Amino acid sequence: MEPLRIYERLKERFGERVLETIEKKPDPFVLVDPDALIEICRYLREDPELAMDCLSNETGVDYKDHVEVVYHLFSYGHRHGAVLKIKLPREEPRVATVEGIWKSANWMEREIFDLVGVNFEGHSDLRRILMPEDWPGHPLRKDFVEPQEYHGISTVRESPIVRLDSHKKKPA
Amino acid sequence: MSDATEPTLRTEEMTLNMGPQHPSTHGVLRFVIRADGEVMREAVPDVGYLHRSIEKIAEKVGYHGFMPYTDRVDYVCAMFTNQGWGMACEKLAGIEVPRRGEYCRVISTEFNRIASHLLTVGLMGMDIGAMTPFLHALREREMINDLIEELCGARLTFNYMRIGGVAWDLPPGWREKALAYLDHLDPILEEYNALFSYNKICIQRLANVAPISAEEAINYNLVGPNLRACGVKWDVRKDMAYSAYADFEFDVPTGRGQWGTIGDSMDRYMMRIYEMKESAKILRQALTRMPDGPVLAKVVRNFRPPAGECQVRVESARGDQGWYVVSDGSGYPWRVHVRTGSFAAMGIIQKLSRGLMIADLVVLIASLDVIAPEIDR
Amino acid sequence: MQNWINRLIAAGEFGKNPPRDLVYAAVIFGLSAVVFLGVAFPFAGIVSWVERRVWARIQSRVGPNRVGPNGSLQWLADGAKHVLKEDIIPDEADARLFKLAPYLVVLGFVLPWAVMPFSSALILADLNVGVLYFTAITALTVVGVLMAGWASDNKWSLIGGIRSAAQIISYEIPAGMSIFPVVLITGTLSMQGIIRAQEWEPYHWFLFSNPFCFVAAIVLYISALAEGNRTPFDLPEAESELVAGFATEYSGMRYLLFFFAEWGNMFIAGGLITTLYLGGWQAPGLSASPLVMNVLQLLSFNIKVLFLVFTSMWVRATLPRVRIDQMMSLCWKFFVPIAFINMIGTAVWVALWPDGNPVAGYVMFALGVAIALLFIQRVMYYLKRSRMEMYLHPTI
Repeated sequence: MEPLRIYERLKERFGERVLETIEKKPDPFVLVDPDALIEICRYLREDPELAMDCLSNETGVDYKDHVEVVYHLFSYGHRHGAVLKIKLPREEPRVATVEGIWKSANWMEREIFDLVGVNFEGHSDLRRILMPEDWPGHPLRKDFVEPQEYHGISTVRESPIVRLDSHKKKPA
Repeated sequence: MSDATEPTLRTEEMTLNMGPQHPSTHGVLRFVIRADGEVMREAVPDVGYLHRSIEKIAEKVGYHGFMPYTDRVDYVCAMFTNQGWGMACEKLAGIEVPRRGEYCRVISTEFNRIASHLLTVGLMGMDIGAMTPFLHALREREMINDLIEELCGARLTFNYMRIGGVAWDLPPGWREKALAYLDHLDPILEEYNALFSYNKICIQRLANVAPISAEEAINYNLVGPNLRACGVKWDVRKDMAYSAYADFEFDVPTGRGQWGTIGDSMDRYMMRIYEMKESAKILRQALTRMPDGPVLAKVVRNFRPPAGECQVRVESARGDQGWYVVSDGSGYPWRVHVRTGSFAAMGIIQKLSRGLMIADLVVLIASLDVIAPEIDR
Repeated sequence: MQNWINRLIAAGEFGKNPPRDLVYAAVIFGLSAVVFLGVAFPFAGIVSWVERRVWARIQSRVGPNRVGPNGSLQWLADGAKHVLKEDIIPDEADARLFKLAPYLVVLGFVLPWAVMPFSSALILADLNVGVLYFTAITALTVVGVLMAGWASDNKWSLIGGIRSAAQIISYEIPAGMSIFPVVLITGTLSMQGIIRAQEWEPYHWFLFSNPFCFVAAIVLYISALAEGNRTPFDLPEAESELVAGFATEYSGMRYLLFFFAEWGNMFIAGGLITTLYLGGWQAPGLSASPLVMNVLQLLSFNIKVLFLVFTSMWVRATLPRVRIDQMMSLCWKFFVPIAFINMIGTAVWVALWPDGNPVAGYVMFALGVAIALLFIQRVMYYLKRSRMEMYLHPTI
């Protein structure tokens, strides 16, 4: 089934909650209401003609004014895929977890929490996965500034090229 | 165990740390194991020791400049990551790779698949305790490394592909050497099987260890040989044929559980041996039927794909990598995300480890072919 | 030995009227020190070099080849390096047990050299319970290993130590039961006595004397591998799981002592199997002079033992490791019943033919030769198929 057909079915079924279908090239996607996410995902998984049994990729993207979570779904039975997106506000982004529907969301949502800062409600084990447990900030945000030191270890150092040339800088 | 029969005997759980430095973990991984003697209650993985923020670096170095960084996402099979990035950028900008370039891509990636699988089966041998298969597999891999060094100058992190094709054409005489190597490889795989894979002790160690059912595998998003070992016949090269794969005939082996259950470690291990044979088939066809022409499409130096996003899937040695690239129309990507097969495989280890023995945990990690740089990027 | 010491005392070598017991003790200690230090330890060291070269050839690479001609002084370099290393004792470890453990393990491998029958005259102590002494002393390694695992105050070492203790104790049983058939046949526990009961021709060895002994020898060899913590039973020091098992916290010479024990153990296990089943030092009677005969017997014994040592290195480079529960089930469900059947079978055989059955000897020998030829044929087949020329002329 073509992705656009899938989005039409979603629109038929959920009406208002499917916000808009963006026919962007190369990959069209559908924007949905974050509150309806669980229902839509469950429908996508359980409907026999859609049967999206695999959450192939879940990504968090930070746009300057909002945060998006992108879900790439795939069906091994029907060999078709779909892309769902939700838009979340930048401060305190929170959305329900889809871990109950697809177990692969467990680690992927941990990564989004760690790097972009989206809080997934209902997640069984939401803690940082790639960064250390007590790291401040969310690195993949566009306004992330790396802390100058971490536990006394400086994260900044002089460029060694500067050092090599320093003997040349004689005061005139 | 003892508590049921002798309520007066108090047993305690041990908390062990299979730390980031360990002779067996495939890269820098850490497991916190709660064990009752030899049997584990749970092994909680702790990753992030190799996190180099490659995805954030992409936002700073631009499209062309990111190609060497993709090598480091998975340095054992670097050609696939190169190809994934190239394909994502080409899809965004609508560039078509010339036919010969596609064939060069297929040839280099299939050689890399064989090299990566040789490393995996060798490491499996070493983790079980047989040191010799590791060295024999690496000896074969050395020959591939020599071939690829002649092709692109590097043995591990290739940076061979560019957006729009590959950087250099095949050197003269390379085709004959590659075909000679393939003739050499087939009996070697038989010998390897006879020496190690069909060894009774190896089968005992691998069969029936952590079987995964097909539904579970799909639910946890296992990909690649791990998924095929559970019986799901899915290969991105065949079912969503990209690059020049539609021209070639090859089988997609799936696990049959001949030595144990479908989807156990033995199946996952044998998948790699079968896939090496299939790769050899593809390589023979590609090397003999190469079309002529350029290998690189004309792409401007300041590459600015139109604003948009795309997802591209590449069948890497470890599974299908999903490259998700968001472009905002400037010369720098807005977001790059690669979902790798090892990341997905780590998610299932905690669940599978309940009830396994510590010796089996090592086998499980080796059979899932987990590589640390892919997890952490 | 005693007569020789008495003659020396009478000749005044030890001064006037020395206390006899002290002289005996001093001479015995001196000779033992010579054997242990001059033979046992260098042997263990040289075995480490041979092992690395043998593994290297099996793994299609070259082993140590820098230190000395073909790397033959590598073991000296390793020994010197380990002696010069810092001796680290973990803070929380039980220091006394930690220091004591390697010595117990070394005792377990050094003391059986006292009953190793190198030739008809070269045996340090021809005890008439030699075999029993042997089995008893090699069990000392269990105490040492367990002590090492516990005293290291490291959970991984503890796991390694317990695995090793379980393994060695379990495999004592098939090993012991595989020694009984020979004792039943000869009726003596003395090493020299058992050897004298065999002849130098292979078909008169106990290995081929009856089918139960054939199987018992194989069971004994496998149990000896398990007792010495050699692959396929090297779980206690499983490199890919436990770093170095019970020896993880050890550094320097203490660490090396554990491995000396392992390498030396190969020799004494081989010595036991040679004595019991392969005819010991029996050599063809080519000369009347006892000196020449002793040299021939020494050669014969060493060749057989070194072949067994080589085989155990070969097995180590080839086979993967057995998991602990599989190893225990292999021992208890498989080897113990087989060893038991061997024992009963040999008892029945001895009852039927008290003086041995030469026909069975010839038949078994022919069978053994057939198996060896089949093996060689399979090796040649695989060698031919693997296209050796590719290894000599790689692609570039």
